[in-house]
Amino acid sequence: MPNNTPLYDQHVACGGKMVDFAGWDMPLNYGSQLEEHHAVRQDAGMFDVSHMTVVDLKGKQVKAFLQKLLANDVARLKDSGKALYSCMLKEDGGVIDDLIVYYLDEQHFRMVVNAATHDKDMAWIEQQAAAFDLSTTERTDLAMIAVQGPNGRDKAQAVMTPAQADAAAALKIFFAVDIDGLFIARTGYTGEDGYEIMVPAAQAGEMWKQLLEQGVRPCGLGARDSLRLEAGMNLYGADMDEGISPLEAGLNWTIAWEPVERDFTGRQALEAQREQGGLRKFVGLVLQDKGVLRAHQTVTLNGEAVGETSSGGFSPTLGKSIALARVSASVGDECQVEVRGKHLACKVVKPPFARNGKVCVELD
Amino acid sequence: MSDIPANLKYTKSHEWIELLDDGTVKIGITDHAQELLGDMVFVEVPEVGSAVSVGEECAVVESVKAASDVYSPVTGEVVAVNEELADSPDLVNHHPYGDGWIMQVKLTEEGELEELMDADAYGAAVAEEEH
Repeated sequence: MPNNTPLYDQHVACGGKMVDFAGWDMPLNYGSQLEEHHAVRQDAGMFDVSHMTVVDLKGKQVKAFLQKLLANDVARLKDSGKALYSCMLKEDGGVIDDLIVYYLDEQHFRMVVNAATHDKDMAWIEQQAAAFDLSTTERTDLAMIAVQGPNGRDKAQAVMTPAQADAAAALKIFFAVDIDGLFIARTGYTGEDGYEIMVPAAQAGEMWKQLLEQGVRPCGLGARDSLRLEAGMNLYGADMDEGISPLEAGLNWTIAWEPVERDFTGRQALEAQREQGGLRKFVGLVLQDKGVLRAHQTVTLNGEAVGETSSGGFSPTLGKSIALARVSASVGDECQVEVRGKHLACKVVKPPFARNGKVCVELD
Repeated sequence: MSDIPANLKYTKSHEWIELLDDGTVKIGITDHAQELLGDMVFVEVPEVGSAVSVGEECAVVESVKAASDVYSPVTGEVVAVNEELADSPDLVNHHPYGDGWIMQVKLTEEGELEELMDADAYGAAVAEEEH
């Protein structure tokens, strides 16, 4: 039996086409993925992300623990509520998961990890935490709704108490605030402004209905994927996994090499990879020919294989197909992708493809 | 429930076939198929003049979700394809039995039409698939 989030009844009421996702019965779309995608780029949409794992880490050594566990450095977090994106690595540098960690105070951090990796993440975290003085608590009592889009913040504030709305309005990008039962974060996975709101499970349905009344459009996993792809955001399990180094997944920016004495898990392996060189690069592709790029297609240069797509699809904002791909360092501005025996022309670009309602790459 | 017009013939792989007055047939994918696939973003149609064989891949419909093969329900020669789909693949979603048609074929094996399902049989097949 699949798990249901506290918003399951709302999905059914909204006409959600339910599919199994990592053991959760989740909406793929509510009729049209394309319309949902455009709603987020142009107005406001909401996603049920209650299936994701929220973990509170508390204790005297929580900061030291996270400095060991994560490739990014939580010492960068100086102000309460500030968020950080990071990978959690194996000793050999492979990516166990990517996550967001919020700094609440010196002895309290909150982490959000992927649903599909819940079991192995929790096992790894517990195992690594054993040597430190801290407690880990999964917040299964919370649901989470992501309200995203240029009008998302205004519409979400309209369903909050005045005090919550004021606090939410004052949030800077990549900050969160815990106020009167809501944990409101100005974060997301779409390339648009908005909030991710953690709400007690029992109140989630009511909040969803109020957001509907504000004209926030329910959006499913399909639109979530096409929006994150356009925004150039990696998907764990597609763009990187335990067999892929973050250095070959466009995630160099998430690794805090300084201070050099911080010995995070995976550091030695990454340093060795960096030393050795010859790494593939992670690029964006825009299809010039007609067709659709998908994951696991071969990237070629004059007939010779030079890489593989890790994510691909149709970009509603560009009106063309796009992909993320790992390719040999020799690839320049153009390449081809093999689709059903044909080598289709692609332009090589630096992601993101689209953010904040606008196309970010040269199309011609 | 998806729409299954009574005047058409169907395949198990969710293509529909309309017998035209001139003896050729028009082919597309069913309402049920487009609903399963989701928003169409690209349709690869065969070349006019090419030969198609019953049960073989003849076109590809690509939705936001995935690429799916379209299998020719008959054997013959492609005499026309829907050029509109190049710019408006969503016609397959909105008018699967009308403006969303994919190709028109001149039959070489008339008897193949007898093998196809009628609307009742196709409706039963869809209902079974859903359970």
